[in-house]
Amino acid sequence: MKLDELAGKCGEWLKGTGPEADIVISSRIRLARNLSEFPFVRRCTEGDKRSILRAARQAVEAIDEWKDVEFLDVEPLSDLDRQFLVERQLISRELSEAEGPRGVAVDGTERFSVMVNEEDHLRIQVIRSGLDLKSAWQDAAEIDDRLERKLTFAYLEKLGYLTACPTNVGTGLRVSVMLHLPALVITRQIEKVFRSLQKMNVAVRGLFGEGSQFTGDFYQVSNQITLGRSEEALLQQVEYVVPQLIEYERKARNFLMTNSEHDLHDDVSRAYGILQTAKKISSDETMLYLSKVRMGVNLGLIRELEIPVVNKLLIHTQPAHLQKLRGKILNTTDRNIERAGYLQKHLAKRN
Amino acid sequence: MKCQHCEKPATFHITELTGPGGPHVLHVCEDHARQYLSPDSSQPGTSALAGVLSSQQKVEQSAEQIASTDQKACPVCGITFAEFRNIGRLGCPYDYVHFQTDLEPLLINIHGSREHHGKKPSKLLGSPDRQHRLLQLRREMKEAVEKELYERATEIRDEIRRLEQNEAGE
Repeated sequence: MKLDELAGKCGEWLKGTGPEADIVISSRIRLARNLSEFPFVRRCTEGDKRSILRAARQAVEAIDEWKDVEFLDVEPLSDLDRQFLVERQLISRELSEAEGPRGVAVDGTERFSVMVNEEDHLRIQVIRSGLDLKSAWQDAAEIDDRLERKLTFAYLEKLGYLTACPTNVGTGLRVSVMLHLPALVITRQIEKVFRSLQKMNVAVRGLFGEGSQFTGDFYQVSNQITLGRSEEALLQQVEYVVPQLIEYERKARNFLMTNSEHDLHDDVSRAYGILQTAKKISSDETMLYLSKVRMGVNLGLIRELEIPVVNKLLIHTQPAHLQKLRGKILNTTDRNIERAGYLQKHLAKRN
Repeated sequence: MKCQHCEKPATFHITELTGPGGPHVLHVCEDHARQYLSPDSSQPGTSALAGVLSSQQKVEQSAEQIASTDQKACPVCGITFAEFRNIGRLGCPYDYVHFQTDLEPLLINIHGSREHHGKKPSKLLGSPDRQHRLLQLRREMKEAVEKELYERATEIRDEIRRLEQNEAGE
């Protein structure tokens, strides 16, 4: 698998399928694991990191069922390639910016990846389109089992899986669901809704936006604790909250359609128009308008577009993707021109 | 030490593991500690969302307790509790054993629990002693190399290999 080949494609999780896919973009499971014989990454020597990377690579390559899994050495990658993997959500910003030997194993359909030498030795990550936590968890558990046959993880009967940060100890599990909540933002209810979630053991954070967390109305809900409850119970905490958020968002959309359809339609159409005709456009602005367009498609206000196309544009208009697709390094101004051209091409009026 | 917010002596030392500024320690007087720790005191200027974002973990201890725990060092990786406090990350898996009693209040604060319920490795681990021995030997080897004690380093390397081979043979 070449990174350049990946660029033109689209991960499974962006397909816009799965339950509640109009509001839930993706479901993600993350497991933190450490090899028992090495210090945690922050205290590793360069040599330790290299040994961990080697052990992880050997384990991954020895799994028969993983013929389609590619192991990438992240250290020698260019800034652009690392940024590309971040935009793709295959690696974290932290892994991208870390130093020394580190890597990632990537499944051919991008359903899962395993980061090596991030904060913990291994970070297993499974992503699914739509609201599909259970199957994502089943996959993550299976990946964990397979790796565990080849590697020895740091584990204590009493405390579970041991992690560099005590906030992850026990299950090492982070369950997160990415939601698109534009109507809650427009109706100014989002903060109120999130405040009500505070007591429910879940954390909420903005997503995608580099500068402001509100860019694009995308939010991520995840569990806060990892110790003392089973993985299934932690899944349930998030599964309990998400349908409520979906319902609030749907109610807000209905409210807008009933009480201010013209304003909403106008707003959506203008956003669509700008994306179709602009000659240069920034990443943040694109996200903002794509968010409106996405809602417009879901509400039937824009009929000629489909959600998978919008999802793909959300990723493909990000800086590293644009440069990969164009096949050369571009400065900010050139990227803004390139982005406008890319959008125009993919949102052309179909008459 | 004075409180960071007033002239009174700092009697509370609060370790924040997460939050916008990363891991850090706050030194405050009793009044400011109460104000800081009370759930309703979402600081003005930070949005309610930011309040939700920073899942804050807080641990209260007296200055004396802190001073004595801070000195402790893990025999395997060498990290002191003070270092952990500052960076918010532990040094090696054995820290959970060595600092067990010091970490317990922190775990209860973060998770409301100190016991794991959930997935277990399906295979039996090599004995914990052996794992810790390997960790320790690797550290000793690094130190020997740093001090240019190459003969000692070679001995340690051989012992590491012996232990590793034992595992492979198990």
